Amino acid sequence: MALIQFTDKGLYCAEGNFYIDPWQPVDKAVITHAHSDHARWGSKSYLCHTFTKPLLQQRLGDGNYETLEWGQPVFINGVKVSLHPAGHIIGSSQIRVERNGDVWVVSGDYKTENDGISGEFEPVKCNTFITESTFGLPIYNWKKQADIFIDIQNWIKDCFEKNANAVIIAYSLGKAQRIIAPIAEVTSNIHAHGAVWNIFQTLKSSGFKFPDINRIDIDAPKEKYKNAVIIAPPSAEASLWMRRFTPFEVGVCSGWMQVRGNVRRRNIDAGFALSDHADWNGLLQAIEATEASKVFVTHGFQSAFSRYLNEKGIESAEVKTEYGNDEDAVEGN
Amino acid sequence: MDEMLTYGEDVNEVPMQVGGMSLFAELIMSLGTSTKTNDKLEALSNYFSVAGDKDKVWMIAIFSGRRPRRSVSAALLQLWCLELVNLPQWLFAECYLTVGDLAETISLLIPPEIMVPKEEQPLHYYIEQLIGIEKQSEEVKKQFVIDSWRQMNQQERFVFNKLITGNFRIGVSQQLMVNALSKVTELPAATVAHRISGNWDPVMTTFSALLHESNSDDSKPYPFYLAYAIEGEPAELGLPHEWQAEWKWDGIRGQIIKRNNELFVWSRGEELITEKFPEYHFLKDKLPDGIVMDGEIISGRQSDEGFVVLPFANLQTRIGRKNISKKQLQEAPVIFIAYDLLEYNHEDWREKTMQERRTQLEQIVADLQSSEVFLSPIIAFDMWAELAATRVTARLINSEGVMLKRKSSAYQVGRKRGDWWKWKIDPLTIDAVMIYAQKGSGRRSNLYTDYTFAVKDGDKLVPFTKAYSGLTDKEFGEVDYFVKRNSLEKFGPVRTVKPELIFEIAFEGIAASNRHKSGVALRFPRINRWRKDKKPDEINTLDDLKQMLEQYGK
Ligand SMILES: [Zn+2]
Ligand SMILES: [Zn+2]
Repeated sequence: MALIQFTDKGLYCAEGNFYIDPWQPVDKAVITHAHSDHARWGSKSYLCHTFTKPLLQQRLGDGNYETLEWGQPVFINGVKVSLHPAGHIIGSSQIRVERNGDVWVVSGDYKTENDGISGEFEPVKCNTFITESTFGLPIYNWKKQADIFIDIQNWIKDCFEKNANAVIIAYSLGKAQRIIAPIAEVTSNIHAHGAVWNIFQTLKSSGFKFPDINRIDIDAPKEKYKNAVIIAPPSAEASLWMRRFTPFEVGVCSGWMQVRGNVRRRNIDAGFALSDHADWNGLLQAIEATEASKVFVTHGFQSAFSRYLNEKGIESAEVKTEYGNDEDAVEGN
Repeated sequence: MDEMLTYGEDVNEVPMQVGGMSLFAELIMSLGTSTKTNDKLEALSNYFSVAGDKDKVWMIAIFSGRRPRRSVSAALLQLWCLELVNLPQWLFAECYLTVGDLAETISLLIPPEIMVPKEEQPLHYYIEQLIGIEKQSEEVKKQFVIDSWRQMNQQERFVFNKLITGNFRIGVSQQLMVNALSKVTELPAATVAHRISGNWDPVMTTFSALLHESNSDDSKPYPFYLAYAIEGEPAELGLPHEWQAEWKWDGIRGQIIKRNNELFVWSRGEELITEKFPEYHFLKDKLPDGIVMDGEIISGRQSDEGFVVLPFANLQTRIGRKNISKKQLQEAPVIFIAYDLLEYNHEDWREKTMQERRTQLEQIVADLQSSEVFLSPIIAFDMWAELAATRVTARLINSEGVMLKRKSSAYQVGRKRGDWWKWKIDPLTIDAVMIYAQKGSGRRSNLYTDYTFAVKDGDKLVPFTKAYSGLTDKEFGEVDYFVKRNSLEKFGPVRTVKPELIFEIAFEGIAASNRHKSGVALRFPRINRWRKDKKPDEINTLDDLKQMLEQYGK
C-alpha cells in the first residue's frame, strides 16, 4: 500500500493514521501552513510548525495543537514525520514522511526564492514528491523580490506626488508581511485593514519584528488619510470601505498580475507580480532537487504541469485536491 | 540671448535621442493600466516632450492606423519562440489560452536568463528594420526577431511583438493623442487633428514638418465632428427654432474632397476609399474645385420623394471588396447624403455657422442635379413633442433616429457635447437564453465573456446571435462563475452551458441571412440587461424574430 493515499478527506497516511492538510474534520491533522485552504476547522488534533500554531489559534480558536521545529523528527504510530521550510509564508513547511526507507514529501505551498521572513525553502530528497503547481506554466517567471520592491516603492512615491493615497492589496498572511519593510522605507504613514492588522498583532506577540502600522479606524475623519499607504486584503478591493481614502490609487500584489489582462480586468492602477508560490523554474528546480522517482501534482495547472514532467522523463500524475481552485483563486497567491 | 536659443526655430532641428524602446514600452504599459483619462494625457504629453523626433512620428503613425505592413506571420513568431525556449507546442497553446494574446505570451515565455543586454535602440530603429526585412528571406527575419527578443526586457518584447502582430488595444483614442500633441506643441487641437490626418508617410516626414508645416497634401480630410447621445429630454436643449433636425443614417460617415481637380473619398476610419465607390466619380467633373463635403455613404437609390435607403447589409456587400462587379453595383447601389460643407473655394468653412454652411451646401447639391448625391433632409418641427412623434417612425425609412444640430454651431473636432446631439430610437429587443460561452481575449482572457444566445422554436433552442458587451465587471464575474459550474460539453475554447441564464439582447436592425441557422442576422447585438426575473420558458421564440424581420428587415 502506498505510504500516502489520496482520499476524499485529503492526503492520508494509513500506517500512521494521520492526514495532511485534510479538508474535512479528522482525528489527527498534520498542517503545512495556516492558509485557510490548507488548515481547516474541526479536526481533533493538529500538528504544525511552532510559528504556525498562533496563527491557527487565531483562525480556528482553541484546540489541541502540537508543534515541531524544522528538522525535528517525531514518530506517529511508527511512521517518521518531520517538517522542513517551504518558504511560502511564516511557518510554512513541507512534510516529510518515512517508513521502511520509503520517503514521501508533501510540499504544501512553496516558493524557492528566499523572502527573508518565511525561512528558506529546503530541498528534501525523497522517493515520492507531492507538489503544488499554482503557477505551473512557463509564462510565470518572477522578477527578483528586490526589484519588485523597488517597483512598489516607486509607485508609492508616484501616488504621493499626485497627492493620492496608495492602497495596496495584499493577502493578509504572507504578502502583507513581505512588503511592510520596503513600504516603511518610503513612509511611516502606514495603515492596515483590520484583517491585516490582526495577523501582524499575532505575529508580533510571537516575537516577530515588523515596522509599526496603524489599524484603520472606521470613524476617523477622512483627513486622517493623506499621503498614506493603506494595506488591505483582496476582499476589500473595489468595496465601499475603500471610498474613505479618496483620492487613491490601487496596486495589487499577486502572481496573477504577471498577465496584463488580469491587471486591466480588475480596473486597478498597478499590478505587482509578487507571489508566495514558486514560478515555473522554481517548481522544476525544486522537483529536480528532490530526486524523486514519482511526482504527484496538485493545486494549480496540474494537468499541463504533470504532462510536461512526463515528457521530460519524470514519472508524474495529477491529483485533484481541494486546495485553492485553479480558476477562481486570487487570494493568497 | 538665451531666450532666442531656447525658443528659436532651431530647437526642433536638433536631433534628440532620449530614451528608446524602453520609453515607448513604458508609455504603452502606463496607458494600458491607467484608469483615468488625465493620467493617460499626462503620460502621452510626457512621451511627446521627451522622445526622439523620429520615434514621435512613428508613435503618431501607429496610433492613427498607419502601422507598417506585417512582415512576419504569427505562426513564425510562435515557431521561433518555441525553438528558442525549447518547449512543446501544446504547452505554448496552454499558455496562450491563459494569456489570451500572442504577443504577450511570447514576451512572457522568454526567460530573463537568455537576455543579452545591448545598447538600447530607439523605436524607429525597430520599425525601420521591420520594414526592411519584409522582402528578405525567412532566415534574415528570424535572426532579427530573435536578436531583438534577446536584447529586450519583457515589456519591451511585448511591445515589439505588438508592432509585428497588430493592434495595440490600449484605450487611447485618437482624440486623446491629439490633445496631448496640442498641449506639447501649443497648437490648437483642431490644427493638430487636421495635420496628422490624410496621406503622409512616417518614413518621409519629421515631427516638425508634420505638425508645423501647413501641408500641401490635397487629399487631407478634416477631423470629423461627432455627436454624443442626448441625455435627458430634448426640451432641455432650449427653443426648437434654434435647432435643426435631420435623420440619422446608418452607413459610413465620409468626406468627399475635390482639390486641384482630384477627387478623394475618405471614411471616418481615415481610409481612402475613392476607388470603392464609382458612383461618386462623376463628381470630379461636376463639383467646384476646393471643396470638402461631410456626409453619409449609404446604400440607397433615387425615388419619387428623393431617395430611399436600403438596409446596412447591402452596403456590407460593397465593403472589403477590391473589384466591384456590375451586379453588385446594381444590387447594392450607393448614394451620398450630404450633411455639411467644410471647405469651399479652398477656404476652411468650419468656423462659419451651420446655417451659412447649409445654405451654401444646398446650392452646391442643387447644381449637381444628381441621382447619387442628396441633401440630408431637414425635419420640420415647431414643438419638441412633434419631433418626438416623427422620430418613432425612423425605422420605417431605415434611419436610426434623429440628429439635432444647433443652427449657430461651428463644425468642431471630435466628439463634443453641446451643439450636436444624436437622439436614437430605442433599440429592438428580444429575451434569449445563453447556450454557449467562450473566454474573452486580452483584458478578459480568463473569464467567460463571449456568449451565444438562443430563442425557442417549439422545444428546440435555436442559436441566433453572439453578443459581447453590456455587462458590468461584477456581472461578468457572476456569469463566469455560472459557466464554470454548469458547462455540459467542451468544444475547444467553447463550452456548452445549461440554458438557464436569460438576457435581453438589444440590436439596431435585423436582416435575412442564409449563413445563420436562425435565418436572421442582427445589427449591433449587445446585452442590454440580465433578466434574472425571467425563467428559460419565458424567452422569445423564433417566430418573434421572424415577425421582426417581416416588419423591419426590408
Ligand atoms: Zn498557501
Ligand atoms: Zn494553497
